[in-house]
Amino acid sequence: MVEFALPKNSRITGGKEWPKPEGATETREFRIYRWSPDDGKNPSVDVYHVDIHDCGPMVLDGLIWIKNHIDPTLSFRRSCREGVCGSCAMNIDGQNCLACTTSMHDVAAGGAVKVNPLPHQPVVRDLVPDLTNFYAQYASIEPWLHTTTPTPQKEWKQSKEDREKLDGLYECILCACCSTSCPSYWWNPDRYLGPAALLQANRWVMDSRDEATGERLDNVEDAFRLYRCHTIMNCTKACPKGLNPAKAIANLKFKLVERQT
Amino acid sequence: MSNVPFSDPSTKRTALKGVRGLGASGTNATSDFWWQRITAIGMLLLTVPVIIIVMMLLGRNQAGAGQILGTPVIALIMLLFVVASSWHMKIGMQVVIEDYIHGEKIKLVAIIANNFFSLAVALASAYAIFKLSSGV
Repeated sequence: MVEFALPKNSRITGGKEWPKPEGATETREFRIYRWSPDDGKNPSVDVYHVDIHDCGPMVLDGLIWIKNHIDPTLSFRRSCREGVCGSCAMNIDGQNCLACTTSMHDVAAGGAVKVNPLPHQPVVRDLVPDLTNFYAQYASIEPWLHTTTPTPQKEWKQSKEDREKLDGLYECILCACCSTSCPSYWWNPDRYLGPAALLQANRWVMDSRDEATGERLDNVEDAFRLYRCHTIMNCTKACPKGLNPAKAIANLKFKLVERQT
Repeated sequence: MSNVPFSDPSTKRTALKGVRGLGASGTNATSDFWWQRITAIGMLLLTVPVIIIVMMLLGRNQAGAGQILGTPVIALIMLLFVVASSWHMKIGMQVVIEDYIHGEKIKLVAIIANNFFSLAVALASAYAIFKLSSGV
């Protein structure tokens, strides 16, 4: 059955409040999920105070400031710090987003900035989720060009109109904000491909150069892989790149109906 | 440490093995999706006539009800509504079961029960309409 409560060893208990930085004139409170696989303890929420005059404006800046100045054990993923790599996806004040493109001044109306790992994924440590299944789902849609026609000496050509059909699909950075915001994905992460992988499946279905459209549709034509989508639309709300995975999924369903009728 | 992505280290199976699972279930999935939409549209069109018919039936005795349901168009509208709604109910409930029940055995039992229940509701309703409209 579906689980309505977290397993006992995942429930949040207690947490530590770290002292305010000395000499800071203005601070912002961060409440951050902490869990370590090494000590056998339940997860907790630690409270930190960030000196906002010594720190950049984004939530990621705050996290880096905490790691540098207060607690070097705080673990999170980050790389490009400008919304291109998708590494710092996390749940900030109840919303999945990229910590690097979310201003700490725009969330929680001046209250504590609550930072949690992406929902409903196994946690490796602190804010680092285990995305092994997510990446395997991406691999399962075979995200590369499939052709039978002998490869041309130069590039595969594409008309301007056909290229435009990939707009809104190719920009996905696989941050997993959408999939981990989807209740259907929470209940069936093992069988439902989730919005990110389905948006990518649609990207290859829509590619005018790809010759395996039918096989790609076969691959997603499944009560769980595709049809667990109940158009809840959390994916579209969550996407930090402003993409519309719900529309991409609807397009896949439309193509499947089209070839059947 | 191995860099092969395991879904669960204890099973020694790769994550891709788990994701691919038993393969795609095929055209039945699209068929269910498609018929859920068709029955929805059908019910949308039939709801107002059915409400009117039910209001006409209010307060009548069996003979009066039989007279109204004896009109072929009215009996057909009611039958279409019964078929569309019980079919829609069956597909919808199956989706709910698949969403929330994860034990394979109990899921199978629930899906069988859902099929029987929907069929029983549809047949009982259709029988009632036939019985009343034929005045037996």
